[in-house]
Amino acid sequence: MENLNSYLIVSAILFTIGTIGVLTRKNVIVIFMCIELMLNAVNLTFVAFSRYLGNLDGQVFVFFIMTVAAAEAAVGLALIIAFFNNKESIDVEDINIMKW
Amino acid sequence: MDMILIPAVNIMPILPEIALSVLAMALLLINVFSPGGQKSYLAYISFIGIVATAVLVASGWGTHVESFGGSVVLDNFATFFKITFLIAAGMSVLISDSYMEREGCNHGELYPLILFTVVGMMLMASGTDLMTIFLGLEVMSVSLYILAGFNRASKKSNEAGLKYFLLGAFSTGFLLYGMALIYGATGTTRLYKIAAIVGQMTLPSANIMLVAGMLLMMTGFCFKIAAAPFHMWTPDVYEGAPTPMTAFMSTGAKAAGFAALLRIFLLALPTLQVEWSQVLWVLAVLTMTIGNITALRQDNIKRILAYSSIAHAGYALVGFAAGNGTGTAGILFYMFSYTFMNIGAFAIIILVSKKGETNGNVSDFAGLGFKRPLLAIAMTLFLFSLAGVPPAAGFIGKFYLFSGAIQKGYIWLAIIGVLNSAASAYYYLRIMVYMYFKESTEEFEWISISAPVALALIIAVAGTLIPGIVPSFFLQFAQMAVKLI
Repeated sequence: MENLNSYLIVSAILFTIGTIGVLTRKNVIVIFMCIELMLNAVNLTFVAFSRYLGNLDGQVFVFFIMTVAAAEAAVGLALIIAFFNNKESIDVEDINIMKW
Repeated sequence: MDMILIPAVNIMPILPEIALSVLAMALLLINVFSPGGQKSYLAYISFIGIVATAVLVASGWGTHVESFGGSVVLDNFATFFKITFLIAAGMSVLISDSYMEREGCNHGELYPLILFTVVGMMLMASGTDLMTIFLGLEVMSVSLYILAGFNRASKKSNEAGLKYFLLGAFSTGFLLYGMALIYGATGTTRLYKIAAIVGQMTLPSANIMLVAGMLLMMTGFCFKIAAAPFHMWTPDVYEGAPTPMTAFMSTGAKAAGFAALLRIFLLALPTLQVEWSQVLWVLAVLTMTIGNITALRQDNIKRILAYSSIAHAGYALVGFAAGNGTGTAGILFYMFSYTFMNIGAFAIIILVSKKGETNGNVSDFAGLGFKRPLLAIAMTLFLFSLAGVPPAAGFIGKFYLFSGAIQKGYIWLAIIGVLNSAASAYYYLRIMVYMYFKESTEEFEWISISAPVALALIIAVAGTLIPGIVPSFFLQFAQMAVKLI
């Protein structure tokens, strides 16, 4: 597998898109999707390394990340719903009661 | 590709985690099948469970057992931190019940969630594989997201939960990317093996993948321990979350973050110590200074303690930047004593505040010294300890952290630390001035203390005073704990 670099570059690009999305988007759901994108970029990195190095640790790690991401999604969406119930909005600009 | 080897399994090292998980799941079931209303008995059961687990954990002191192919270890380091987490959880459970009753959100799920959080923290402290540490971190974080947003009817609590979730998940991305790069650079996720492989590299600091992975991982953990410049979420989340959960988060979660940080950096990356201690030097100065300076301008007491908790992460980072025996033992001792003083202070905030978390400003403490002298004395003790005044435990902790830095030759770091500590005295003293020298504007209202809260306060006072008066007894444990890293 000579082209490890191309996989790493793709995953780095995905990770950057995710990061920029988190920092610039206003909708909480879209931000959450961007975080998922970051996690999947990490998964791609792990799988690429795992294939390249010829050991399975990285792929096992990916399973854990996917499981945890699912649990996180459940909790995150519940929190978003609780917020929506009180505020009727999922815009980050409305997360504004507490400020320094 | 080789076969997956099934490792030899010895469940002894994770027995406390298993016990607590089983208890938590049993409590969830009990909660579902028992009639609603009074949920106090769940608090009592979980408190007894936590005490029993603490005894079980303490009985493992002095042993060194590896299991699950070297991905989990039971050693003094893990035991010391596990005891700290269990104390934090036990005290938080004690102060939760009456608070949740008052705020009208005494859902029984609270206690299982606290227990799951502790399970995650304990896994973080005993994990010696990036995978187990990550899993522990996530078990802890996901439960804490819920606990921060636990009061569903309160807008503040909603915001706190959502903010903590978004930024926590965001930081997890960085942490994982760092872990992936380190895996790529070394070909393993076991901390021992990473150390061996990095030790064989001719010039590890020139390995871009390794250094980038290290820095990304540091970023991820700095979010969790609330170190500047990744501290933005802290004041909002700490202010909005239910107060007992703020107490729990600011002590337990911070200690867990330090446990994982210490384990990873001292065990897997000691060859890069020159590099990471420089980064930590800068982070420590930033964290202390930003925390203390911003705290000066706050009026809400939960926010003051949130910024003070940022500053305390900075003091602990001083010991971490030193990275020597004195500094790291100082972190363990500091996290241990910080648990008592901070939860004690939050317990008194709960008593003074009223339904809906009103009465949370410094001015609401006016006249407390005359109304409830005992409470005011306890609060004074906690604040003195936070400020680092002898004979309270906070002084000894800071003394060790800063002397670790001096031994390492970081004189300026120690000086900045001491100056910060002096500046922090201003906002702690301000609360005391209100308690003793200002008249209360409101009519006298009797503050009733329930038995569990009284017990928590007694534990907190004892835990703040005793390690300060006989520090050598506790320090000897902390020093034994860091020896094995």
